[in-house]
Amino acid sequence: MRTAIVKYNSGNVRSVKYAFDRLGAETVLTDDPEILTTSDRVVFPGVGEASTAMAYLRERELDNVIKALRQPVLAICLGMQLLGRTSEESNTACLDVLPFAVRRLEGRGIKVPHMGWNTIHDLTSPIFEGIADSEQLYFVHSYYVENCAATIAKTFHGQTFSAAVRHANFYGLQFHPERSGPAGARILENFLNL
Amino acid sequence: MLAKRIIPCLDVKDGRTVKGTRFKDLRDAGDPAELARIYCEQKADELVFLDITATNEKRRVLVDLVSKVAAAIDIPFTVGGGINSVDDIGLLLGAGADKVSINSAALDDPQVLADASKCFGSQCVVLAIDAKRSGNGWEAYKNGGRVSAGMDAVEWARVGTSFGAGEILLTSIDADGAKKGFDLELYRSVASAVAVPVIASGGAGTKDHFLEIFQECDADAALAATVFHFKEIEVPALKRWLNACGIAVRM
Repeated sequence: MRTAIVKYNSGNVRSVKYAFDRLGAETVLTDDPEILTTSDRVVFPGVGEASTAMAYLRERELDNVIKALRQPVLAICLGMQLLGRTSEESNTACLDVLPFAVRRLEGRGIKVPHMGWNTIHDLTSPIFEGIADSEQLYFVHSYYVENCAATIAKTFHGQTFSAAVRHANFYGLQFHPERSGPAGARILENFLNL
Repeated sequence: MLAKRIIPCLDVKDGRTVKGTRFKDLRDAGDPAELARIYCEQKADELVFLDITATNEKRRVLVDLVSKVAAAIDIPFTVGGGINSVDDIGLLLGAGADKVSINSAALDDPQVLADASKCFGSQCVVLAIDAKRSGNGWEAYKNGGRVSAGMDAVEWARVGTSFGAGEILLTSIDADGAKKGFDLELYRSVASAVAVPVIASGGAGTKDHFLEIFQECDADAALAATVFHFKEIEVPALKRWLNACGIAVRM
């Protein structure tokens, strides 16, 4: 089984690849549409800024490639946010795989970015098999996806919002499984086993 | 609930870990990748690597080190020390670092914070502030704590975050290495001036010092080096104790 990791101007593609390597998965870091389309799994990582990332993807026509994927796709952090319709980060039009809008975290007394290990709750997907409610995972982000029909896990920082979403073959994680210790590794393993 | 973070810091020079007292008299405390893996197993929440190499080989050595660490561990880590440009930052993030911390370069030209946060997102841009008491306040220092930047540290925190820094690593030069506790007053002044998370650094000598900064200042994170490297405090015991005292930590 081959897992393709979308190679683009995202900061953390390397750590995502290392995380799958630690699980013994066969991975390829690529921006080749043919390889992306024919791989068994696709990972769409993301650390960065929405408008910069979308401009890069559009320029290389990777936006349409990602939208058309039919195998299980794991979108991480900014990757998950880019699955939505729009983001308040630089008022960016995103991939529109899911109908949500991405908003800026705000609120009295909360620190932004939301940074550190937070608990996840209301887990409703096989991707969380073996993961307990209140498991702690590593988050680092300033924008969030509201709770919606696609939400499969929630977290709380000033307000409750989506820690993970799923729509058809697309899975999105707001936290970083590649940087979330053994629990994160288990979620990546579950994704490979979907 | 968001947990308070415990962050061991590894000062590295020519690929080896060192830690001094008040930024001088460096001692060798071992191999960085090996130490990183140990801290990871001990449930440290993040790691910080501060590179104090001054040679031309610096960048290559650091990028190699970052790759090794990134492959070995599954918790986030920050790299800092002599980072000057968006190109440097891109190389380090590309090698697997999660965040970079910037000190002197930002004091020389804060635009580097804006450029970096536009390219990579502000969540990976850490502004390191080395603060030294001066009169009724604190001055920001650069070049490893040797040169005053002639700027008020609290004001600099405000300016730096307005340029796009997503976190502050706040070190008290006065407290660093003295093991008499974090500078609570400095922490309060900076944390109340900005909306981003602030890491307290400098002065940890006992478990009580960690409890103090979390209880008295509601600090987001606390960083230490010596007490962890020489096992005067072990991360698991520290976390068990903080948890027993009612502080939310990752167990």
